[in-house]
Amino acid sequence: MELLILIFLPLVGAIATALFAKQNTAKVAALAFSIFSLAVAIGLLCKFTPDASTQFEVNFEWIKQLGINFHLGLDGISMITVLLTNVLTPLIILSSYKHEYKNANAFYALILFMQTGLLLVFTALDAFLFYIGWEAALIPIYFICATWGGKDRIKVNMKFFVYTIAGSLFMLLGIIYLYLQNPANNFELAEFYKLELDNVQQGWIFWAFFIAFAIKMPIFPFHTWQPDTYTTAPTPGTMLLSGIMLKMGIYGVIRWLLPIVPHGVQDWSCVVMLLAVIGVVYAAIIAFMQKDAKRLVAYSSISHVGLIAAGIFTLSHQGLQGSMVQMLSHGINVIGLFFVLDIIQSRLGTNKVDELGGLAKVAPQLAITFLIILLGTVALPGTNGFIGEFLLLMSVYNYNACLGAVAGLTIIFGAVYMFRSYQKIMLGETNALTASFKDINGTEKVVLYTICALIIVIGVYPKPLLQISDASVQHLLEQINHKLTGVN
Amino acid sequence: MNIIITIAVTALVVLYAGLFKAKKALLPLTLLGLLVSLGFTVCSWDQPTVHFGMMQIDNFALAFAGISIIGTFLIFLLTQRYFAENSPNVAEYFTLILFALCGIVIMVSYKNLSMLFIGVEIMSVCLYILAGIRKLNFASNEASLKYFLMGAFSTGFLLFGIALIYGATGSFDIDVIQNVLVNSVSNVSPLFYPGIILMMVGLCFKVGAAPFHFWTPDVYEGSPSLITAFMSTVVKTAGFAAFLRLFAGAFEPLHDFWMPALMVIVIITLCLGNITALYQKNFKRMLAYSSISHAGYLLFSLVVLTANSASNVLVYAAAYTFASIVAFAVLINVKQKTGSDDIESFNGLAKRNPLAALALTIAMLSLAGIPLTAGFIGKYVMFLNVLENYQIILVVIAILNALVGFYYYFRVIIAVYFKEGKEIELDTPMQYKVVLVVSTIVILLLGVYPSFILNLI
Repeated sequence: MELLILIFLPLVGAIATALFAKQNTAKVAALAFSIFSLAVAIGLLCKFTPDASTQFEVNFEWIKQLGINFHLGLDGISMITVLLTNVLTPLIILSSYKHEYKNANAFYALILFMQTGLLLVFTALDAFLFYIGWEAALIPIYFICATWGGKDRIKVNMKFFVYTIAGSLFMLLGIIYLYLQNPANNFELAEFYKLELDNVQQGWIFWAFFIAFAIKMPIFPFHTWQPDTYTTAPTPGTMLLSGIMLKMGIYGVIRWLLPIVPHGVQDWSCVVMLLAVIGVVYAAIIAFMQKDAKRLVAYSSISHVGLIAAGIFTLSHQGLQGSMVQMLSHGINVIGLFFVLDIIQSRLGTNKVDELGGLAKVAPQLAITFLIILLGTVALPGTNGFIGEFLLLMSVYNYNACLGAVAGLTIIFGAVYMFRSYQKIMLGETNALTASFKDINGTEKVVLYTICALIIVIGVYPKPLLQISDASVQHLLEQINHKLTGVN
Repeated sequence: MNIIITIAVTALVVLYAGLFKAKKALLPLTLLGLLVSLGFTVCSWDQPTVHFGMMQIDNFALAFAGISIIGTFLIFLLTQRYFAENSPNVAEYFTLILFALCGIVIMVSYKNLSMLFIGVEIMSVCLYILAGIRKLNFASNEASLKYFLMGAFSTGFLLFGIALIYGATGSFDIDVIQNVLVNSVSNVSPLFYPGIILMMVGLCFKVGAAPFHFWTPDVYEGSPSLITAFMSTVVKTAGFAAFLRLFAGAFEPLHDFWMPALMVIVIITLCLGNITALYQKNFKRMLAYSSISHAGYLLFSLVVLTANSASNVLVYAAAYTFASIVAFAVLINVKQKTGSDDIESFNGLAKRNPLAALALTIAMLSLAGIPLTAGFIGKYVMFLNVLENYQIILVVIAILNALVGFYYYFRVIIAVYFKEGKEIELDTPMQYKVVLVVSTIVILLLGVYPSFILNLI
């Protein structure tokens, strides 16, 4: 029951905002609803026992003739992603407070509608429901980016849309195939776990699902839609895409790919690892060359996600736990970065690093918070990025020392391009453009201080966070190992 | 039977009302007649009857008749002002559409091949006239003539096929034909093979499947938009019901023989319809090609025959009908203001007409097959059915086509929301609003909770 409230509260909020809110009250209404859902999520967290069981289950028949159930539940892995969604959504809405969007009620309604889709993805225990959530999250973000985006938004978002929907259609094919193999004639996750597919079948299913997830994350070479989409989208859209939406892909791999087709994963994991590590290095090098700070962050995101993917496909406890923490940290950090760039963009009208400089002198608070977010991104010990990246690198190193060494370059590359852009934007002498820059104030302070606080708290004391998903991850690995050793 | 009688009587009454210049009474009379016949449809549910060995009113027939009557009802709601502007002969319009509907009800409930032929002819002759009813319009005349010539040609195929089947079995009754086939499936009369193929060609022509689709774009574009709406929704649905009744019933024992031919037709239809739709600038023409591709998806249910085939066609046809009616309603409305039916004339529609824009968007999403709309459920059940029989290649082709479909349906959405255009303000009559709202709600309802229509028949 609590879970139903969690899922449908944003939807109710979306409808209310769309129908009743005025231009000026829309953001307040949206913020109120997102804070309510954060409260619901925190309530769930308090009641949550961190063992491997699935809790707060809701299950009723939805489309009986097709064997589709409305089946939701939370375990440790879902809990992390639900927290991520519900912590970030209010921050994203708050970060847009200084902007006046045309048709604001539609804009905020779409954000809330997307939240429902995301939460469905993260809590669904029925494959069909998962697919519905997957698409329900895509439609609003398409409209957000294509309506309120920048130059070339129509073309860029068409590419984004066709890319993602192509992936998801093949995933649907995979889901239908699994359903037809299932003697119980339903889409239950638990039944799918029990299926005994041979290696060839597993290989096909693996690719059907993996391409959908790889496009969403995105993993090299499926990433070509991402930089343009991130750059042209309005900042809240970029934040939703990079902060939450790409985690759908990661979550999908953990929840659906690994346990259902472990042999497929085992057979192909070397290819995926290689792609992921290539992506890590490749994106880092391209990030290094970028003049536009927003594009730089977009590429750095590909680089970070590549490492998360590599960690997951090691099928180790460290790798999976690292990816859980890193999902959350990356979400927090990346929206912090995009917000800082948005502040600069909205005041100075540019994100080109070469045109900026000396902002630290005129805006010390912005400089400090930016620095903290940056340190989190480059994984300095004591920030939230460290623990996740450490676990991930360790798991990749244990899998293969060479790959681990190459992936480890990401830390160095990351530090280089991040600090270089920090230096160009914040340090040095102010120029004609930046001299009159005003420091952060009002809601901007609230958002940035919250993000900094989260970065430091998670960095210093990550144990409770790790505990939430620990038992579930352990259970998942046991399931996978059981299947791997059982069938052979 | 009383359904057909009601519709026919309504048609005659409307004709006389037109004769006595009772223009105000035409629409209410027609709608009343349709409501009564819809009432009869609902009342006869689950009471299968056979009339004179000619017509079999079972749930299959009732479901398709119901969809056709509802579709016609919605189209009639759109006629306010439209016909008066287009032609002085409003009553004739109404009567002809009603008679066409009569033929359609016969087409979905025939038990005897002669009734199939009569139904098809009643419907087609009305449509030939309707297509050309704008007497002084060049395109309308062209559409009518093209439709008539091609239609007559295809009816010839149909009739020749019926004759051969009669030669093989000595009966027009589809149950007798089926029995003959079941009892002699190893050595059927050689007349059957050309007979089946000829009938397939005739029916493919009527539903607009490639390569028998050449008439569709020109006829759809040239006919008055409302007639196009009628042809592409109600008529098409009826064609599929007739197709299904024959091929899933009487000819089912020879499935292995005609399935490969149909599969080739399906693949050509899908690819040709979608890829050509991609290049259309004219909205009506785009809908014509998209309707060809939808015919391809609908034929899936015949390529793989299962117990659910009829129900799947019903779901898909319902989804397609409601979405198309919305599209045509908005098109007519826009055309009245801008005088053009190019996709470009939709540019910037959303700024002043949020309702029309939203309804059109939902209709396009449904036609494209996005989850939570009826179109998705329709496509989903089709894919499921085909995959169940391991025709994976066919599904992969269908998925690639669905992707192409996203592209051109989204072009309309892009025009409506994201392109800058003249900020026209449509003046949307009440009836249009009703049609838009009702259809949109049905599309969403079927998409979110399709249980009540799945396995209806």
